[in-house]
Amino acid sequence: MDILISGLLLGGTYALIAMGLNLQYGVARIMNLANGEMLVLGGLAAFWLFVADGLSPIATVFLVAPLAFAGNWLIYRLLIRPLVRRAKTQGQLDVDSILSTFGMSFIFVGLMVTIHGEYFTYSYLADPFSILGTTVAVNRLVAFIAAVAIGAAICFWLYRTQSGTAVRAVSVSTEAAGLVGINVERVSAFAFAIGGAVTAVGGTLISTFITLDASMGVIFTMKALIIVIMGGVGDIRGAIIAALLLGLVETAVATIIDPGLTLVAAYVIFLSVLLFRPQGLFGRRAS
Amino acid sequence: MSRGEAIGLMLAIIVVAVAAVLPLILDGYWLSVALTAMMYVALATSWTLFSGPTRYLSLATGAFFGIGGYLVGLGMSDYGLSFWLMAAIAPVVATALALLIGLATLRLSGVYFVIFTLGLAEMIRNLVSWIQNNFLGSRGLYVLTDFTDADIYWMLLAVSVAIFALGWWINRSRLGFALRIIGSDEEVAKHVGIDTAWSKVVLFMVTGFFAALIGALVAPRYSYIEPNVVFSPELSFIVVVMALLGGIHRLWGPLVGVIPFTLIWEGITISFPNYTTLFLGFSFLLIVYFLPHGVVGLMQSLVRRVGR
Repeated sequence: MDILISGLLLGGTYALIAMGLNLQYGVARIMNLANGEMLVLGGLAAFWLFVADGLSPIATVFLVAPLAFAGNWLIYRLLIRPLVRRAKTQGQLDVDSILSTFGMSFIFVGLMVTIHGEYFTYSYLADPFSILGTTVAVNRLVAFIAAVAIGAAICFWLYRTQSGTAVRAVSVSTEAAGLVGINVERVSAFAFAIGGAVTAVGGTLISTFITLDASMGVIFTMKALIIVIMGGVGDIRGAIIAALLLGLVETAVATIIDPGLTLVAAYVIFLSVLLFRPQGLFGRRAS
Repeated sequence: MSRGEAIGLMLAIIVVAVAAVLPLILDGYWLSVALTAMMYVALATSWTLFSGPTRYLSLATGAFFGIGGYLVGLGMSDYGLSFWLMAAIAPVVATALALLIGLATLRLSGVYFVIFTLGLAEMIRNLVSWIQNNFLGSRGLYVLTDFTDADIYWMLLAVSVAIFALGWWINRSRLGFALRIIGSDEEVAKHVGIDTAWSKVVLFMVTGFFAALIGALVAPRYSYIEPNVVFSPELSFIVVVMALLGGIHRLWGPLVGVIPFTLIWEGITISFPNYTTLFLGFSFLLIVYFLPHGVVGLMQSLVRRVGR
C-alpha cells in the first residue's frame, strides 16, 4: 500500500515532465535531450529563491513558467529553426537536433555548476501527512496535486480549444496541417516553448521532495523519454499511464531491493517496450 | 594497387613510424598526453566504423570501455587471473552485450538507439555498484602490472593500426558498401535486399569489441579501478565530439579531430577545471552549426572551390 501511494504520487509528477517532452517531440518533432536540464533549472530556481528570499516553491512556479516559456521560444527560434529548415528528412533533423540539444544540455550543466555546484538542498513542507493509512510528506502530495492541475489544464487546452486542436493537427501531420491553413512553424515554436515551460515547472515541483544537483538532468531526460516511448509518441493518455507505471515500478524497486537500482528498473521497462511494443502501449503497429 | 593507394599506404607507414618513436622522445607529462590522444584515436576511429556510414549515434562507448577496465580489475584483484587473460575475455563480453543491445534497438529507428545508449553507462554503473556492494564485498579493485606509460602507448598504437586496417578492409567489402547505402537511405537498402538490421548489429559489435579492449589495455594506467570512475558517460560524448569534429566520412577523419581536441581538453582541465562541461557543450554547437561535415569536410569543400 505504501508503495502504491508513493509510486502514484511520484508518477503524477513524472507524467507532467513527460507531457512537456511529448509536446516538444510529438508536436514540434524536436528530440530535445536538454529536457532534463530544463527540469533541473526549474529546481535550481526554486532552491535559490527559497534559500535567498524564503519564497515558496509554489509561488516560484508562476515565475518559472513564463521565463521558461520565453527561453524555450527563443531557443527554438534561434537554434532549432535553422536545423528544421535545412533538414531534408526527419532522420537528419533527429541527428542534428540530438547533437544540438546535447550541446545545450552541457552548456546548461556548465552554467549551473558555476552558479551552485552542490546539491540543491532545502526543506519545504516536509511534514508527515497520512492518506489511507500511509504516511507521506505533504510536499509530495502538493506536487502531485499541482501536477494534476497543470496536466488537466494542458489537456483542456489541447482537446477543447481551437489553438489546441491546431497543435494536435500538427502532431498528426505537419504537411496536412499546413494544407488546412495552420502556420506549422509558429505552432511548433509555441508547442516547443509550452513543453519547456511544463518541464521546468515539473522540476520546480519535484525539487520539493527530491534533492537535485546540476548534473542530474540526464537521468530525468532518460525517464521522460522512456515514458514518452512507452506511452506512444504524441499520445498524452498513454504517457500518463506510462508515467504512473514507471513511478510505481521505481518505488517498488527502491523499497524492496535497493534505491540505487531505479535506473536499472527503468531500463528493464524500456527494453521490454522496445522488444514487445515499440509503437507504444496503445499505439497500433504501423503497417 | 593504384597510385593513390600506394601514396596513402606510404603516408600511413610514415605516420605509424613517427607515432611509434614518440615515447622515446617524450617523457612525463607529454607522454601521458600522447597516451591519452592515442586512446582517443583508437576509440574515435572504432566509433566511426559504425556511426560514420550508418549515421546512428552511439553513446555506448563509455559503457563498453568501462566493461573492459572493470573486468580486468575484477579478474586480477578478486580472482588472481592474469592481465592478458582478462584483456582477452573483456572484449568478448562487450561484444556479446553489443549483440544483445543491437538486436533489441537497431531494428528500430535511430532515435531509440541513441536514447538507449544515452543512459547505458550510468545504468551499468548502478548495476555493477549494486552487485559489488551486495555480493562481492566493496573492496577496491587493483590492477598492478609492470607496464610503463610507453608500453600502454605502444599497445594502443597496435590496436589503432588494427582498427584502421579493419576499417580499410570493411570499406572495400560488401559489408561497407551495404552500410553506406543504409546511411544514405535505409528504405532503399531494404529494397535492394540488404539485411539492414544484421549489417548494423555486426558493425556495432565491432565497436563494442574495440572499446572494451581499449578499456582493458588502459586499466593498468589507473591502477585502482572503481565503477564510479571507469563507467564514465562523459567519455562517450568526448569520443562523439572528436570524431564529428574531424569528420566521419573518411577513415582518418577522426584522427584530425582527436589531436587538437585532446590538447585543448588537457589545457582546460589543468587551467579551468570547472569549465570542461561548458567547453564540451560549445563544441557540440560548433559542429552542428558550423562544421556539419567536420574539419575534413570543410577542407575538402575549400579545395574544391579553389580548384574551380
